[in-house]
Amino acid sequence: MQSDALVLGGGLVGAATAYGLAREGLSVTMLDEGDVAFRASRGNFGLVWVQSKGDGRPEYAIWTRRSADLWPSLDAMLKEETGVSTFYEKPGGLHFCLSEAEMESRKALIARLHNVHGAANYGARILDRDEVHQMMPGLGPDVVGGTYCEHDGHASPLYLLRALHDGLKRRGGRIVAGAGARDIARDGDGYAVTTPAGTFRAGRLVLAAGLGNRALGEKVGLDLKIAPLKGQILVTERTRPRLDMPTHVVRQTGEGSIMIGDSHEDVGFDVSSSSDVMAQLAARAIRMFPFLKDLRIVRSWAALRIMSPDGFPIYQQSKTHPGVFSVNCHSGVTLAGSHALALAPMIARGELGEELSAFSARRFDAAAN
Amino acid sequence: MPQRIDGSGETLRFTFEGREIAARAGDTIAAALIAAGETTTRASVVSGAPRGPFCMMGVCFECLVEVDGVPNRQACMIEAAAGMTVNRQKADEVAA
Amino acid sequence: MKSYDVVVIGAGPAGMAAAVETSRAGLSTLVLDEQQRPGGQIYRDIEASDATRRGILGQDYQSGADLAAALRGSTAEYLPGAVVWNIDSAKQIDFSVRGGSQSVKAAHIVVATGAIERPTPMPGWTLPGVTTVGAVQILLKTSGVVLEDLVMVGSGPLLWLAATQMIAAGTPPKAIVETVPKARYRAAAKHLARAIPGWRYLAKGFAMIRAVKRAGVPVHRDAEEIAIDGVVAAEAVSFTSDGRRHRIETAHVALHQGVVPNQQITRLMNCEHRFDAGQRAFLPVVDASFETSVENVFVAGDGAGIGGARAAAMRGRLVAMRIAEKAGKPATDGREKLEAALRRDAAVRPLLEALYAPSEDVLSPADGTLVCRCEEITAGQIREAVALGAPGPNQVKSFLRAGMGPCQGRMCGLAVSEIIAAAKGEEPSSVDYYRIRPPLKPLLLSELAAFEPGEAPRAAAE
Repeated sequence: MQSDALVLGGGLVGAATAYGLAREGLSVTMLDEGDVAFRASRGNFGLVWVQSKGDGRPEYAIWTRRSADLWPSLDAMLKEETGVSTFYEKPGGLHFCLSEAEMESRKALIARLHNVHGAANYGARILDRDEVHQMMPGLGPDVVGGTYCEHDGHASPLYLLRALHDGLKRRGGRIVAGAGARDIARDGDGYAVTTPAGTFRAGRLVLAAGLGNRALGEKVGLDLKIAPLKGQILVTERTRPRLDMPTHVVRQTGEGSIMIGDSHEDVGFDVSSSSDVMAQLAARAIRMFPFLKDLRIVRSWAALRIMSPDGFPIYQQSKTHPGVFSVNCHSGVTLAGSHALALAPMIARGELGEELSAFSARRFDAAAN
Repeated sequence: MPQRIDGSGETLRFTFEGREIAARAGDTIAAALIAAGETTTRASVVSGAPRGPFCMMGVCFECLVEVDGVPNRQACMIEAAAGMTVNRQKADEVAA
Repeated sequence: MKSYDVVVIGAGPAGMAAAVETSRAGLSTLVLDEQQRPGGQIYRDIEASDATRRGILGQDYQSGADLAAALRGSTAEYLPGAVVWNIDSAKQIDFSVRGGSQSVKAAHIVVATGAIERPTPMPGWTLPGVTTVGAVQILLKTSGVVLEDLVMVGSGPLLWLAATQMIAAGTPPKAIVETVPKARYRAAAKHLARAIPGWRYLAKGFAMIRAVKRAGVPVHRDAEEIAIDGVVAAEAVSFTSDGRRHRIETAHVALHQGVVPNQQITRLMNCEHRFDAGQRAFLPVVDASFETSVENVFVAGDGAGIGGARAAAMRGRLVAMRIAEKAGKPATDGREKLEAALRRDAAVRPLLEALYAPSEDVLSPADGTLVCRCEEITAGQIREAVALGAPGPNQVKSFLRAGMGPCQGRMCGLAVSEIIAAAKGEEPSSVDYYRIRPPLKPLLLSELAAFEPGEAPRAAAE
């Protein structure tokens, strides 16, 4: 089976890139895992989030902002082509602080990011207690302030994933499930990828297999030091519209459920939901929004974020295996705009743009020296 | 119409949508409602379509009602008590 | 946090029998049960029922009274109204009781959560007035309530049992609409010889069918294309039988297509499961002592495969014997006898499975039929998701929200797996089932927030 491009991984990162490649006119085959994958996409919180991204790595702040700017077009394209709504909204987003100390460190972060984006361009501002309570009725008294950024928004990760799969298919792409890549070998000018569902060939490969990229990278001369970071999410039953905009730990979905997130646990490949972390998430959410106490949790889940040593993405073309690109990141919803509409065209051209040069894994070799 | 096989014996009263319902000690809310001819307990949160008790054993979550102001309670898992105020679970007023 | 040698979840025949036996062996035993009184669904409210009700419900129902009495008389702690919502791999069990959550630790867990009724997706099955046949029995057992115009639809021993109980109560069903295809009787007949050791069940079965005939209840056989009509509630049942369309007006319809293991806890605990073609259901993989692939986690009763109430109690005792043995207690006699009795008791199963296999109508519902009741997802949408490349129920769940409502897939899971398998031309075994996550039942956020497992936070590595 020969295509122009093979995308290894059918999560949000792989699907957005594959969809973008198909838009560029390439014939694309996306090789997906089976039904039970360590799928970070299913555990994504659904934020399209700009305001805190890129501290210490201005290129990431800019890349994230670019994605947020591309999101409205991506959403419109997907809706038009597939009829699937991702429930994307861009009302801006709020981050809360529960203590003066949190407030101070938040202010410092905002100041640093102002310097990256330029004050006029950043769109984030600091809110004192009165302002934040005015902007978001229903907040608990423990909230002492926060920050608001007009470029923030949210979308349904699950409908986004479905729309991307659907859009890829409608553009002639192939999706093969149960086809987790086992091996990659050179094949003439291109590559052959062995999977349980057969062998697939293409001149261009995109490694988007999440944590699986680490092992795949070794086969193509890429040293990808990525590790799992567990995050847990709680979801309530549906309720009437309560929240006008997403916040960094609580958001209301298009269907009316409230999602509660923001746990970070370094626990290896363990995706069980632990009751103590669930309880902490619940307690913190109620401090922010006391009305939540009367809602019921109907689901919880845990997923593994893909973390590089510095937490920023790795985008890299293999030196030893030209035409093999690797995409490693968390925040698959936020970055979907960039992946589909900025990264994919670069891969289609065969060269990553200058703006991604800071994201090579070689930055970690330099740190080690 | 529903009937009780062992005659009368309803000793407690609660209200459902303002209507007085007679129940026996040990009746679940759902059983007392069915005995009183009330089969609709909630509106679907998706379409608003009417729903009623289906499994009677706590599995299906179709019999959700509001009990004394607390929404989304399973009528088949809660025993009726005198003076309870029970209302249908309305789709747009979940956790109002 | 309190620790027990054995925590039994569920107080039906299997749970009661297991707890009686483990506590007798000197093992500290806790029984957690969602209901307010012991008995499970089969012996629901057995302690409270009077002579009239027991007379109507029959001899087999009465036999639950001894088990309930034995549980009450045992040293096992019995905690009613306890809803288990999470169990971790260290066998910490989190549960809610009277609005507060607590935890216990178990050296051995006996999952005795029995069976649930198979999902029966068909047009109109979400209308008020439509229930399961089990629900009709529960109404009778707990409240002595009978429905005068009841039309029973489907197949299986429980349907006939409930019909005879309705007759005994003086309110025979208005009609029985049986979905067993004619050819099935021939196919089932070849299991008859093997079923002879189970003659008691056969005799009871024939007696039930005779009682229905004697009562003059119309029985429509080989019914297909069933739909429940109504706008805001059930008004009638329509179906094709004997080559023509029928319509029976009624406000009360009871559906049944057999019972299947309740897999929520064994799925949550990542026990291995397999699809059993005979029972047409997923069963946890267990050894001869009903221990699952997770060490010291046992499944007693129908949860390990449908065997009925008598078998459930025997399996409960077997499980208890094995736990006592593992815990170093002196061996009890009677194990071989019990195993032989279980084998005899199971002799009738192949016949029942062949005869009462679920109907094609509910296994492959029409595109427009709602399958996921909570999120209102149709069979057609599920098939579209498969066409889009969804390999199994978890991706279908992601794409459509099927199984994401408050029932957490209990009412649609098996049907969704069947529909996906059929659409892919595979067996349900390769498609598998929803991943089950906590909380097993919806839990108030305030209760969760107040929850403290009662120990120093556990190390992350599990």
